[in-house]
Amino acid sequence: MAHIGQSGYSPYPVAVYEGILTPPPGKALIFNEIVDEDIAMREAAKAMLTRQNPTIFPGPQVLYAWNEEAKEKAKLVRKMAEVLGAKIIPMYDYRPKYPKINPSVEINPNHPNLTIWHNKIKACIFVGVHCHYANVALKIIRAETDCFTIAMCSMAGHEDAMITLRDQHAEDMERFIKIAEEVKRELKQY
Amino acid sequence: MSYNIYEINEDLKEFIPKEIVDLQERATWGNPKRGVMDLPYSKELVEEHSLCAGCPESAALRYILASLPNPEDTIIVNSTGCTSLVFPHIALHTVHSLFGNQNAVASGIKRVLEIRFPDKVKDVVVLAGDGATVDIGLDCTLQSFFRQERITTICFDNEVYANTGGQESGLTVKGYVFKMAPKGKQFDKVPMWQLAIDSGCHYVARLTVSSPKRVEQVIKKAIYVAREVGPTYVHLYTPCILEIGLNSDDGLEEMRNRDKERFAFFEYMTPHAEEVINKVKEECLL
Repeated sequence: MAHIGQSGYSPYPVAVYEGILTPPPGKALIFNEIVDEDIAMREAAKAMLTRQNPTIFPGPQVLYAWNEEAKEKAKLVRKMAEVLGAKIIPMYDYRPKYPKINPSVEINPNHPNLTIWHNKIKACIFVGVHCHYANVALKIIRAETDCFTIAMCSMAGHEDAMITLRDQHAEDMERFIKIAEEVKRELKQY
Repeated sequence: MSYNIYEINEDLKEFIPKEIVDLQERATWGNPKRGVMDLPYSKELVEEHSLCAGCPESAALRYILASLPNPEDTIIVNSTGCTSLVFPHIALHTVHSLFGNQNAVASGIKRVLEIRFPDKVKDVVVLAGDGATVDIGLDCTLQSFFRQERITTICFDNEVYANTGGQESGLTVKGYVFKMAPKGKQFDKVPMWQLAIDSGCHYVARLTVSSPKRVEQVIKKAIYVAREVGPTYVHLYTPCILEIGLNSDDGLEEMRNRDKERFAFFEYMTPHAEEVINKVKEECLL
């Protein structure tokens, strides 16, 4: 890793400087491997179903009723949490409220590690978080915790997450829920 | 901007803390008649603050935020100082500028907003301390007045650099001694309100924050005039009770005492500004 220049400004390792880039359209990323979306969705579901205290972190883009898609996505986030048996901790705004943050009821992009440590979260999904804040939060989580991060991004994805799903809209979230249900059934057989 | 941004999706509402739900249900968005009288009943835009107990600046911020006629479309630009400790807690768009740059940053924001949202009223309000406004940022402050930028500048004057231990500022009174200014100030206090008038501000006021209703009137006038005419300037006395050796409950008394002398209420407006203010009064918005 470089010690001067842009990456040197970051106190945390930066995935892009380790050669990890966001996946091309139609594909997904698992660690540093570009794979089909369905494969990544299965692995994401498996991580959420098998790791401790799985949690979904919905951001402002799904928490607030901006438009019809946001309303639809909110319903799907709720359903996703039911299928995965996951807790929901919202990221309702990005104000750096330190030291007033209550990590049991909110996650803040400026110190997301506090929420993950406090709740002992080992797998999480970021959904509806604006990209620039997701990038900051995912870097901190990647460097500071053992949490398996999954980014469901409606844009180009996030290389700092363990699994990156890009261009995710309501229909993709529905597909993910179906895959999660399948994985859940399969896991019950063992 | 759409009011929908405050509307929480029903499906996820149970996971949102009450203070955020209250911002949707009990805040006074979309009501230009909002004011300090709403404070006991409605959700405030600053829930808590990290200033000292009894700090008059916290009262000033509370009254100002309650008085903004258009909070959902107001951008606050602030600078380094005690005030900057509060801005992370405010439920509004705020931009933290470099120390002293606040009026330059606000000018840019205002101009871009006029291009980006030509059909919308967007207010840009600068909130900064005396160091940022009158010492380090005097150049940017006055230049924005000369350029007739349509922004409101509010200076919190505590007459000292309180945040950094008590160095004298341009607004310290002559002869005053502080922890880091043991010889006492050698020069007179800068008459910033007069400089603002001479530099082309269309509405200028000087007051303490001992009277919430008066603060509301002044802030609303300053914002309406800035919207229609040009730069406006409000000079508020918000003493640092710690630096002048007072207790937490002495702030109000200190301001009331200064109301009678160097911070006696003073208001200036140009004929054009007066016209705007009269029009707003006719619309019962003041």
